[in-house]
Formats: sequence, structure tokens, C-alpha cells
Amino acid sequence: MKNTFKKNNILNIYITAGFPKLNDTVEIVNELAKNNVDIIEIGMPFSDPLADGPTIQNSSKKAIENGITITKIFEQIKEIRKSTDIPILLMGYYNQLLQYGTEKFFNKAKEVGVNGFIIPDLPLDIYQKKLQTLVNNLGLNMIFLITPQTTNERIMAIDNTTSGFIYVVSSYSITGGSNEISKKQINYFERIKKMNLKNPTLIGFGIHNKKTFDTACKYTNGAIIGSAFIKEIGKSGDYQKTISNFIKNIRKG
Amino acid sequence: MNYTVDKNGFYGGFGGAFVPEMLYHNVKELQDNYIKIIESQVFQKEFKALLKDYVGRPTPLYFAKRLSKKYQTNIFLKREDLNHTGAHKINNTIGQILIAKHMGKKRIIAETGAGQHGVATATVCALMGLECIVYMGEIDINRQAPNVARMQMLGAEVRPAKSGSKTLKDATNEAIYDWIANPENTYYLIGSVVGPHPYPDMVARFQSIISKEMKTQLQEKTGRDYPDKIIACVGGGSNAAGAFYHYLNNKKVTLIAVEADGLGAKTNKTAATTQVGTKGIIHGSLTYLMQNKEGQITEPYSISAGLDYPGIGPLHAHLFFSKRATFLGATDNEAVEAAFELTQLEGIIPALESAHALAALKKIELNKNENIVINLSGRGDKDLTTYIKILKK
Repeated sequence: MKNTFKKNNILNIYITAGFPKLNDTVEIVNELAKNNVDIIEIGMPFSDPLADGPTIQNSSKKAIENGITITKIFEQIKEIRKSTDIPILLMGYYNQLLQYGTEKFFNKAKEVGVNGFIIPDLPLDIYQKKLQTLVNNLGLNMIFLITPQTTNERIMAIDNTTSGFIYVVSSYSITGGSNEISKKQINYFERIKKMNLKNPTLIGFGIHNKKTFDTACKYTNGAIIGSAFIKEIGKSGDYQKTISNFIKNIRKG
Repeated sequence: MNYTVDKNGFYGGFGGAFVPEMLYHNVKELQDNYIKIIESQVFQKEFKALLKDYVGRPTPLYFAKRLSKKYQTNIFLKREDLNHTGAHKINNTIGQILIAKHMGKKRIIAETGAGQHGVATATVCALMGLECIVYMGEIDINRQAPNVARMQMLGAEVRPAKSGSKTLKDATNEAIYDWIANPENTYYLIGSVVGPHPYPDMVARFQSIISKEMKTQLQEKTGRDYPDKIIACVGGGSNAAGAFYHYLNNKKVTLIAVEADGLGAKTNKTAATTQVGTKGIIHGSLTYLMQNKEGQITEPYSISAGLDYPGIGPLHAHLFFSKRATFLGATDNEAVEAAFELTQLEGIIPALESAHALAALKKIELNKNENIVINLSGRGDKDLTTYIKILKK
């Protein structure tokens, strides 16, 4: 995982496990890997996702109806690992880990080849007290978020605890915005850049085309695209073509 | 046993603030300031004046003579139904709107189930001249039409929550999304003892006026400032938190919380969280909730929109776990029967929520020398459509 972050223009694509159809996850990840995406974030669908916008909420709802479970997601990742070693992050909510069994969850994730996690509602202090040693010992990464409201002092604390990268939430919003990047956001990105953090930074929320991706890459090591990609694959079953076109548009315009 | 919240927002093993970073700043701002504001003289003066002259407190503690005779015991009703806007909910909205004012917030958002909290919020926003947006499940909008009209007349915008079960849980999610998108000017006015710390403690403090008054009133009427039993219904649990608050450490008082069994706790149409729920996180709080093995929150059901919530506040989780309170359930039918009984014996039409508390009279041991307080949390005007349907049967 660490090697991924030596370069810039990192493209991290978010997909919802079990969407559009239950077993599409494997094919979609393989196609993304073939198209030189750098990191895959796999969402574990949750009924009450407090940080996700309507597009991802709907895909999660569909995936749950399709019968997706955490056990199934681990099986799919095991399958993916037969063909690619692309870094994989699992994104989900703390309640899902608690019900699965937190320790069991991290061990199983390690076993099937997961590289890290994004758990937006896991408080920093609870992670430090209860989970950090385990996650570090397994050689896994825990990625924390920062927002325009996060103070510099807290950003430093997050920089000391996070591993892998810092997820820079681009604006005051849940995922899926489609506006252009504003001057206010640029000021925020510049503030982060000037802090010279230990960890790489990736911008997410509202990144949806080449222009927003390029702007993000000017200030950080790369960006995360979620809702825009979910919308595309929701439209068509021909993943080979859809994915190659989508990635080409982001990288080359 | 300690029943107050610790510095991290926990009641024993329950509570906390499990919120994404997008809410961290706002929640922290509230955590750092709420006690300071509540304890300030300016706040206390304004809060007390509004409760007295605007809400109409103290609410009476009424000895229900005919009901007592029927059950061969002494039953007192704490008349929260006589509050302005018809329920206990306004005790909390008055408190929180003053907090919002002190913090300089101009835009108020809220979630509502039965619409009582929505009406109470719209009311205080009209009073203070603040913008008000209320999220309400699409299903609840249809079954609580009079309250929707009241909110609109009060100047609030009612936005339908169309996700999930289209009830209170989803209205809460929508309100949280709004707060994430508008963190600087917006205050989220939660209606129950749920959500991330400090909401459960803050709301319990504002509702604690209920048991504070009970102490004085019982002293006058019975010569003792505590009853033998207090019965209150629990959805999220704000009226119960208020009715129990000043008696949590008095072990002579039996605390009885009544949840909505819906069609029956053993059916899948229920909101009886302590009977069918397990420990987990809902709306930023570690508590008991209804969920499947995967941690997906399940859809609750109750005839009463105010009890139709798949969790309980962390204080109640702690009271349940530590066995300080007894948790019972009442079905839709039992609640309706209790509502008609109170109406015919005492001339008081209770809200469907409060009717669940009344239904507990048939489920507990009672004796002649005991004093029982039932918290009559709201009036039944908003439930007339449901009651009329039953009358016509």
C-alpha cells in the first residue's frame, strides 16, 4: 500500500459491494484494475449511512436487497485477489464492525487481502484506545477524514493516527455533489497543503470529472470518485466499455 | 450506580458521540458550551419565565379518582398534555431554542415522528423569529395531517423523508444530512434523549422539570415527595427521562418504562427495542436498537407515530441494563383500550403514546396503599382520526 503513495495523481474509485447486481463486485474491480486505477474503495452497504449522499444511499439499499453481507464481501475480495493486487479499502460504519465482531472483522479482512479501512463514524479517541494496536499489528491502514471545519490542531492529531492517507472531504456536504470547485475550497486545500502533513492526502466528495480531478491533484496526491462512478455503472451492464470510457475521461479528458 | 452522563458522554456502557468528522465540529461546539449556557443566570431567567408564562407550567398533578377506584390504588396523572402545543415536547424546544440563540444560530432544523416535536419546534421558531425546517417521514406526514398543517401555519417548512421506512428514523437521517451540509448557521434541535452526546443529557435536563414539579406536588398531596411507582412510555424516551430524572437515585421509587409492542413483540411489527433489540449504534449513540445480524437497522412498527423508533436513548439503555427501570410493552390494541378507558372514566383523551403508559396498569401488581404517577405526556387531539376509525367499528 505504501508504494502507491509515492506518486501523484492517485485515482481512487469507490464502488458499492453487491451493486448493481450481487456478484458484479469482482468484475468491476478487475476492470478498474486493468484501467490503471490506483486504489479501490469498496463500500459495505449500511441501512443508515450518515456520511453518504443519495446516489450511494440508493446503491446501498439496492445491494442490501440483492443480499449483500460482510461475509459475502470477504468472499468477493478473496476472488478479486486471484487476479489483482490493487490496494483495496473497505468503507463502512462502526455498527457493522461491532455486530460482526471488531477483532474478527480485522483479522478476516487481513486474511482475504484487504489493505485498509474508512469508518467515518469511528471516533478518533476510541480508535486510539481500543483498535489502533490491533490494526497496526496486522499491518493494515485506518484512514481518517478531515473537513473544512477541522481545526489545524485536530488535523495534526489525525495525521499522527491515520495510516495510508488522509481523506480530505472537499466541502460541507454528504457525497455526490456536482458543482465546480469554489475559491473557498481552494483556500482550504491550500491551507492543508501548507501544513506539510506526514501522510499523503486525497480529496473526496464532489469529484466527478477531469476538471475537478485535476484541481484536486494540484493540491493533494489525488482524489476519490464515488457517486459519479456509481451513477455510470448503474446505467449499463457492459462494464468493460463503461469503465474504460469513464477512467479515460477522468485521466485524459 | 451512577445515572448521570460522564465527561465522554456515556451512561455506563451506553452513549458517546459516534459521528462522522463532518459533524465533529458542531457536536463538539455544543458539548463544550451547553452546560455553561444552561447554568448561566441569563438563560435560567428566560427559560423559567417562558415555561411559566408561555408553556403554562407547572402542569397539574391530578388525582384520577375514578381510574384509581377501578384499579384499587392511588393514581396521579402528570398532566403534560396541558402544556402549550399539547405535549411535553415543548419543555425541550424552549430550552434548545435558547441554546441556539446563545450560540448565534439563525436556521433551525428538526426531525419529527408524530409531529409533536415538529409543532413544538415550529412554535418556538415562530416565537423567536427563526427559520425552521422540519423533516418528517412521508408515511407520518400522511397519518398526522393536522400536525403538518399546524407546522405550516406556524411558518415552518415540512420536508418529507422518503428513504427507508419513511418514518422517524429516516426523518432523523435527513436532518443529519442537512446539518452536515449547513454546519455554520444551522442548529439541529433534536426532540428526544437520543443522538450523539450531549443531546441525550441536554434533552433530559430540559425535561427534568417534570419530576422536579412532581416532587413538590406529591409533597403537598401525599405528604411525601416521592411516589411508589412512575410509569411512562418510551420511544426515544424523553418524557420518561424527565419523569424519572429526580428519582433515579431514590431506590424506593419503581420506574416503569413502557415500549410499543405494536402487533406484538414476537411479531416483526413492533417497536419494543429492549425485547428484540441488541447493542449497537444508531444516530451517533451506542445503545439498544433493532437490527439484524449484519447491523442493518430494522424497520419498527407501532400504531403510535411517536413511539415508532428502532432505538432507545442511552440513559434508558443503561436503566434497562442495570435493571434500575422495569421495561414493559403494550400492544396497539392494549393502548387503544387504555385510551378509551381514560377518556370515559376521567374525561381526558390521551395521545396514543401516553396510552401505552396507561395500558401498563393492567400489567403490574398494584395495591391500595400505593401512589402511582403516570406521565400523561400528550393529548389525543392529533390521534382523533385513529380513534374515530375505532369508534366506527
